[in-house]
Amino acid sequence: MAILVDKNTRVIVQGITGREGSFHTKLMLEYGTKIVAGVTPGKGGAEVHGVPVYDTVEDALAEHPEANTSIVFVPARFAPDAVYEAIDAGIRLVVVITEHIPVHDTMRMVNYARNKGTIIVGPNTPGVISPGKSKVGIMPAEAFTPGPVAIISRSGTLTYEVAAQLSKIGVGQSTVLGVGGDPIIGLDFTEAMKLLEKDDETKLLVLIGEIGGDMEERAAAMIERGEFTKPVVAYIAGRTAPPGKRMGHAGAIISMGMGDYRSKVEALRRAGVDVAETPFEVAKLVKKHLS
Amino acid sequence: MKLFEYEAKEVFKSYGIPVPRGVVVSKDDNIREALKKEGLEPPVVVKAQVLVGGRGKAGGVKIARTWDDLERIAENMFTTGIKGVKPRLLLVEELVEHDAELYLSVVLDRASRRPLVLASTEGGVDIEEIAKEKPEAIHRLYVDPFAGLRGYMARKLGKKLGLSGKLLTRFETLTATLYRIFTTLDAELVEINPLALTSDGLVALDAKIIIDDNALWRHSDLASEGRLELSGEYTEWELYARGKGLAFVELDGCVGIMGNGAGLTMATMDLVLMQGGKPANFLDIGGGASAERVKTALELLYKYPKAKSIFINIFGGITRGDEVAKGIVAAVSELGQQKPIVVRLSGTRAREGKEILEKAGIVAYEDPLEAAKKAVELAGECKY
Repeated sequence: MAILVDKNTRVIVQGITGREGSFHTKLMLEYGTKIVAGVTPGKGGAEVHGVPVYDTVEDALAEHPEANTSIVFVPARFAPDAVYEAIDAGIRLVVVITEHIPVHDTMRMVNYARNKGTIIVGPNTPGVISPGKSKVGIMPAEAFTPGPVAIISRSGTLTYEVAAQLSKIGVGQSTVLGVGGDPIIGLDFTEAMKLLEKDDETKLLVLIGEIGGDMEERAAAMIERGEFTKPVVAYIAGRTAPPGKRMGHAGAIISMGMGDYRSKVEALRRAGVDVAETPFEVAKLVKKHLS
Repeated sequence: MKLFEYEAKEVFKSYGIPVPRGVVVSKDDNIREALKKEGLEPPVVVKAQVLVGGRGKAGGVKIARTWDDLERIAENMFTTGIKGVKPRLLLVEELVEHDAELYLSVVLDRASRRPLVLASTEGGVDIEEIAKEKPEAIHRLYVDPFAGLRGYMARKLGKKLGLSGKLLTRFETLTATLYRIFTTLDAELVEINPLALTSDGLVALDAKIIIDDNALWRHSDLASEGRLELSGEYTEWELYARGKGLAFVELDGCVGIMGNGAGLTMATMDLVLMQGGKPANFLDIGGGASAERVKTALELLYKYPKAKSIFINIFGGITRGDEVAKGIVAAVSELGQQKPIVVRLSGTRAREGKEILEKAGIVAYEDPLEAAKKAVELAGECKY
């Protein structure tokens, strides 16, 4: 199994003719991801790395009705429009790579998707990969191998780092999901955990959080309530981050007394989660749980 | 982007929210004349226009009883500043007699992904404090972004605050207006604290508006040129880095940090702490950085006086180890190794990167903990 993306995933790339869109289309194709079409308004009829380009998502779907997933590389000002278009065309999973989308736009877009039953991953996400099956994102493929550990994370690079270390000691991954670094995102930790709880392939979860918001605390509460029963290893970045300052990600800010390191770590430990002191300790803890 | 109080109050006024009568003065203005022109006279409140937290406690809000008082307080605020930030402007306002102080704000709630109206009868203190001391005193109203804030919801909230009659309808209007400002200005926060309850209505004694940086292109009227420099929201070095397009946060330690990706950079800071050191900064070069960008970042850490040693922690994904190495070598060969540099490279093209570094006489580590330890050792004691 795996969650969100697997060998049945058929992808439309929105913004395929742009620099990022085209570059990562090539990398995804090399990984074996089934990309059936690309969309860039006004560029219908073109081709990018052998992928046909259409003016609209609807046009793409008319020719490729098997498409079920979209990945969005459209610049921030136009990205919400692309996402609404995908939702209205009936795409079930939309992965939004774009960073710097105004947060009010994201909020409306995420609520709209929820009402229509579409899952949004991101914005400001590296995407999602089920190693050996499908990669819908911008992560470096070499870091990942198939196996029993799911990773959900708010950070890109840190996720690659942890996955690479797991792979190095022979522990592969079922699905690795970047939920995005913005304050408002689509699929969050607890929603992903609901999917992972039911995923047979996933035996253990690695949760990589950071300061800001209360997503980690809500994940801890879910574990405490017994709604997620698999072992969890966590790491939280930002122990040394001062309050009121944005640490790179728009969402990584301790504000209104919420979202500091201690509150997250304490909540997770209370729920019985093994919290690593550094990201480089995660692999060791995972190994311990799996043996 | 945070607005200054006087700017936020201008916004409030233009939307019809009552604020105290006041006048904005700069150091060169004649305060007496400025006040007289507006028909104001002591007693008045003098409020330093700075964006540092805890302004009141730091002496940024004072009552002046007499004209002499006023001139002395103003002079003092302009010259000594608030928490090290010298205000460019002061807001001088009439004293508003009131019976109680309420709290009212609209924020973005991350968990529900909805706008959230917060209201309390415990105004005048930080919402963080209310949340800690008396959480039951905070009333919450979640708003469907498509339906918007409906009148009955605001009335329900007002009743929870014990309001009735004319005050209840005033509160309804005020809440609806605040919500409109929140959506129109792409705000992350619109806050009135305290909201004064007077004999004939509600007056916003303070005003706070934070606008989403990613939406500033829609509000160019508020985000004027040079606005950030004046705000005191960012330190001199943070502004300098911003100008170079780098995500940089000034901290108080002495180990300079450079990483790729916000999460990894924060983790790198944490590693330094674990090894008994203190990070001097957060500096994220982002994904897929070119050699040129790495060079710019390193030059910044050379100049930045708090960094005594420099710890560069890179996991190559989209970012390539050889590009990073080229950037480091370019900076070092041009400017010399002005500060001890510790590099840890892993991932894409790390091997090629290490070779480039070693040829230039820079050691690249594999183990991040060992590298962190070395960087802490080389920084020595934090003294500046």
